Amino acid sequence: MGTNRRKFLNSLLGIGSLGALSAIVYPIISFLIPPKIAEVKINSLKVGPVADFKNNSSKIVKFGRTPVILVRTKNGDFNALEATCTHLDCIVQFKKDTQQILCACHNGIYDIHGRNVSGPPPKPLKQFVVNIIDDEIRITSQDV
Amino acid sequence: MKNKKIEKVENWLDERYDLSPIRNLIQHKKVPVHGHSIWYYMGGISLFLFMIQVFTGLLLLMYYIPGEDSAYESVQFIITKVDFGWLIRNLHSWSANLMVFFIFIHMFSVFFTNSFRKPRELTWVTGFFLLLLAMGFGFSGYLLPWNELAFFATKVGTDIVAVVPFIGDSLKVILRGGEDVTGATLSRFFGLHVAFLPAIFTTLLVIHLFFVQRQGMSEPEEFEKLTEDQKKYIPFFPNFVLQDALLWIIVLIVLLSLTLFFPWELGLKADALASAPIGIKPEWYFMFMFETLKLLPANIWFIEGEAVGIFAFTIAGLIWMLIPFINFSKKKDLNNKIVRWIGIFSLLYMIAFTIKGYL
Repeated sequence: MGTNRRKFLNSLLGIGSLGALSAIVYPIISFLIPPKIAEVKINSLKVGPVADFKNNSSKIVKFGRTPVILVRTKNGDFNALEATCTHLDCIVQFKKDTQQILCACHNGIYDIHGRNVSGPPPKPLKQFVVNIIDDEIRITSQDV
Repeated sequence: MKNKKIEKVENWLDERYDLSPIRNLIQHKKVPVHGHSIWYYMGGISLFLFMIQVFTGLLLLMYYIPGEDSAYESVQFIITKVDFGWLIRNLHSWSANLMVFFIFIHMFSVFFTNSFRKPRELTWVTGFFLLLLAMGFGFSGYLLPWNELAFFATKVGTDIVAVVPFIGDSLKVILRGGEDVTGATLSRFFGLHVAFLPAIFTTLLVIHLFFVQRQGMSEPEEFEKLTEDQKKYIPFFPNFVLQDALLWIIVLIVLLSLTLFFPWELGLKADALASAPIGIKPEWYFMFMFETLKLLPANIWFIEGEAVGIFAFTIAGLIWMLIPFINFSKKKDLNNKIVRWIGIFSLLYMIAFTIKGYL
């Protein structure tokens, strides 16, 4: 009987300690996860007049929280892609000589439409729609 | 011949705290002399460099201000305006690199002289954790000047955490203090670098050194086979300690020369809207992993290449940490051979991929 009683009390103590431990660990982990900050959702962004962009150039703009690379090719076509590499989060750049998108961190290469061509990127870059309204460039998300 | 006053203090302390264990250690500890004795000094050099880290780190804290708008500027202030600021900052960066370098040498010398075996398994395991923590110091400290290279290295490094199954994304957010690398990440890394890591590192270091003092120097097998008359020893105190001190002075001279002739660049300030610069590299001790990730294809079967790479490195690290406990074969000779080849392979792999990264 004695040992049973001891076992019972020990397991009660064990459960109590576990409870106490989780009461300590849970607030710590919750504290470490930063609160979500409400963000303004935007669907389109005015970037500037067409004349500001020379052929064979690029610019990175902030589309809400997402960096977007706006490219004007040799031929004068506009293309907008999410600028965050799908491999490990670096910001990509436009390679003027090959008309490709390069991520310098691990030599990931995408074509001008964001398709992953070579190197480690596992997925293509998300495309944005570029419209020119009244001679002004406007980037629109495809999600809508 | 001891100074009377010192003797008085010693007696006073002895009466209250019994100093005989320390006295015993000083009087009786001896260090074997043989062909591989040189490796006994590597741990001591790492310790010396760690002390320099603590000291210069404390000095840098007087001026460094974490934060997106102040970190880069305060480091710039330290190296351009503060008297000898450039010296303290360069000493901190260079001794950090040398410390990791000597920890690696210390680790591989312990490995190849078989000193990690019974009864020193736990010394090995604590040493392995100290290496990981030293790399954590390097990774978190790299970001603190908030320059371009560090910014992207941190983006890549923290994004890698996301491949951990189930909890990867939450871990990434906790580490970054948000979805992206921002000022919040800088605050966290600062806290890690100057408070959290030092506390754990120092505790583990004390345990590691306690184990070493408790068990004495490991003797290689060939040395153990010698007869008692053939075994040569030197006393730990003062002979070994003085040799240690001499080596520390040499290391300090090398460190100062590096600091003077190869100052550490600050680079450009981090900009979240700039493309990653070409030639971006992590610190050299992460290079072999960085190069491996670069070579892996996007997908291996149906899993992302990087996930396979990270998984492989984790397994390799676990095996390395537990190697004193693993028996690859029941035959002792064969087991020793396998362990040796694992060591040689690891060392060559790391050297080859590090060199490749700089070609």
